[in-house]
Amino acid sequence: MMKILVCISNVPDTTTKITFTDNNTQFNTNGVQFILNPYDEIALARAIELTDGGKGSVTVINVGEVNTEATIRKALAIGATDAVRINAKPHDAWYVAYQVAEHIKANPFDLILTGRESIDYNGSKVAGMLGELLDIPSVSIIKKLDVTDAEATVEREIEGGKEVITIPFPFVAGCAEGVAEPKIPNMRGIMSARTKPLAVVEPVEVQTLSEIISYETPAPRGQVNLVSADDPAKLVELLHTQARVI
Amino acid sequence: MSVLIYAENAGGKFKKSTFEAVSYAKAIAAQNNTNLIAISIGNVAADELAALGRYGAEKVLNVSNDKLKNFVNQAYASVIAEAAKANGADIVVLSNSFSGRGLAPRLGVKLQAGVADGAVALPEQNGGKFTVKKTAFSGKAFAVVELTSANKVIALTPNSYKVVEGGSAAQVEDFNVEAKASDFKEMIKDIVRSTDKVSLPDAEIVVSAGRGLKGPENWGMIEELADLLGAATACSKPVSDAGWRPHSEHVGQTGIAVSPNLYIAIGISGAIQHLAGVSSSKVIVVINKDAEAPFFKVADYGIVGDAFEVLPKLIAAVKEYKASA
Ligand SMILES: Cc1cc2nc3c(=O)[nH]c(=O)nc-3n(C[C@H](O)[C@H](O)[C@H](O)COP(=O)(O)OP(=O)(O)OC[C@H]3O[C@@H](n4cnc5c(N)ncnc54)[C@H](O)[C@@H]3O)c2cc1C
Ligand SMILES: Nc1ncnc2c1ncn2[C@@H]1O[C@H](COP(=O)(O)O)[C@@H](O)[C@H]1O
Repeated sequence: MMKILVCISNVPDTTTKITFTDNNTQFNTNGVQFILNPYDEIALARAIELTDGGKGSVTVINVGEVNTEATIRKALAIGATDAVRINAKPHDAWYVAYQVAEHIKANPFDLILTGRESIDYNGSKVAGMLGELLDIPSVSIIKKLDVTDAEATVEREIEGGKEVITIPFPFVAGCAEGVAEPKIPNMRGIMSARTKPLAVVEPVEVQTLSEIISYETPAPRGQVNLVSADDPAKLVELLHTQARVI
Repeated sequence: MSVLIYAENAGGKFKKSTFEAVSYAKAIAAQNNTNLIAISIGNVAADELAALGRYGAEKVLNVSNDKLKNFVNQAYASVIAEAAKANGADIVVLSNSFSGRGLAPRLGVKLQAGVADGAVALPEQNGGKFTVKKTAFSGKAFAVVELTSANKVIALTPNSYKVVEGGSAAQVEDFNVEAKASDFKEMIKDIVRSTDKVSLPDAEIVVSAGRGLKGPENWGMIEELADLLGAATACSKPVSDAGWRPHSEHVGQTGIAVSPNLYIAIGISGAIQHLAGVSSSKVIVVINKDAEAPFFKVADYGIVGDAFEVLPKLIAAVKEYKASA
């Protein structure tokens, strides 16, 4: 029986226009729809495939306040067996990883999956921090994950290629596209999600190592300089003499 | 007190992103009136190592242990952490590459350090506060992060800091650490690198195409243009979802975030999720047959026209430019 833990985060929908309040110190959540992080959907889908047909269980874990429960229920509807919510604001990746690692120390898993990154803070940090806190291997970005009884084979993304690695359990991996196709919950899943166990756990004390103090939005670009479709040579000239990029 | 830079190599050679990170680390060392030490792991030739001095490294620690020839995340993190401790380095800098993303979080935990991943500018150090600007919300914004810990780890986004040359050859020393057996649980079976292609995250020019190209059979034009410009190729999400191009080329909010000097988007509408991953490009060129395509709103240069007519002319124009240059 393989026990898999999938770390899930609750992030602004990808169409969100990002704005800030309080003198650019707070993310403006007004009217923002929150979703299950797209990479975590991939991790979850693979976990479900690997345990399908009674071969194991999939627990999802989230560090978040009560408003993340809709996202947790979505993960249960997709097919997770049960869920844990650590009842705290996810201060930063270190805080999240520390809380999740404490939970894993008390409840061991064979395989721990995260997304390659959260689409809000994009750290790609939780997987590596978990690996270090638990003193087990971690692979930050994988494109493929296959398992046998004793070990897993993963493909790690590298610049201009890939690396094929075998790793014994337990280990942590950050999942990216290619690992699985996200699954859409069906009616039965949605019904059963309501009654699946969702444990709420209080956080432990953690030393603070970083703090977001403000946000900035990118400087707006000037007007587009249009070149006639008949004269791409003009574009090449502008890129050379004006923009100086070729 | 000192600054340690992990100088990543690819097949024994340092990449531009490494020189950027060394230059960046040198500037941080200068801010703090301290020296910059580089560490290299793997098989890198002595003159290549010494050349890191040109970008500001005073000393280069060379770890050439055979077991560490290829990247093993846990073991590399241990070696870098040991080097930081042995040299009293309280700031560790690395590139936010695929390997860097594996190392930075582990180093953060080992050194009890706050981690600024995806840094895009030099830290600001005012009144005892150490802050770093980093990308957030998939390129839709930046966050200024204060690292409140005594030790700090910073992973620099490729193409966001200019290479600065000036120093002379660095002194190279062997650095030996007893590698823990438990750090070598993972085994590399195979490394596949397409050496003839420019890697997307490091590319200075990216030629990217979307659904407007109609089908995979039409990518010959895209590759030809990219080859001529020494560019990497990229695509929109639906293109990789349809299997026209590999997933590793998909850029955007849920793909790779790029910040090249020049991003050329052909037959891509400019959906918010696509723009998220490319908007920090310095110059954006859009070619689209629809003048109302949202991409034109964030473009610096544009051509409203059919890609199948514009591209052959553009390719001819680039050839002519290259012949005359
Ligand atoms: C959760 C989520 C995450 C997403 N993440 C990403 C992401 O990371 N990256 C990403 O790219 N997308 C992402 N998307 C998808 C995104 O919303 C858009 O659907 C996608 O970017 C559109 O791709 P496209 O521009 O290639 O195709 P289309 O929107 O179909 O646009 C094709 C364009 O080509 C033009 N065109 C057609 N024919 C020609 C021609 N002959 N010559 C010139 N131009 C022509 C058209 O005018 C049009 O503008 C995401 C979506 C969701 C829901
Ligand atoms: N608050 C959270 N609770 C649980 N898991 C999280 C949380 N935030 C991030 N993660 C996991 O860590 C991955 C990487 O996040 P990040 O390091 O923020 O890029 C995500 O894809 C999730 O799998």
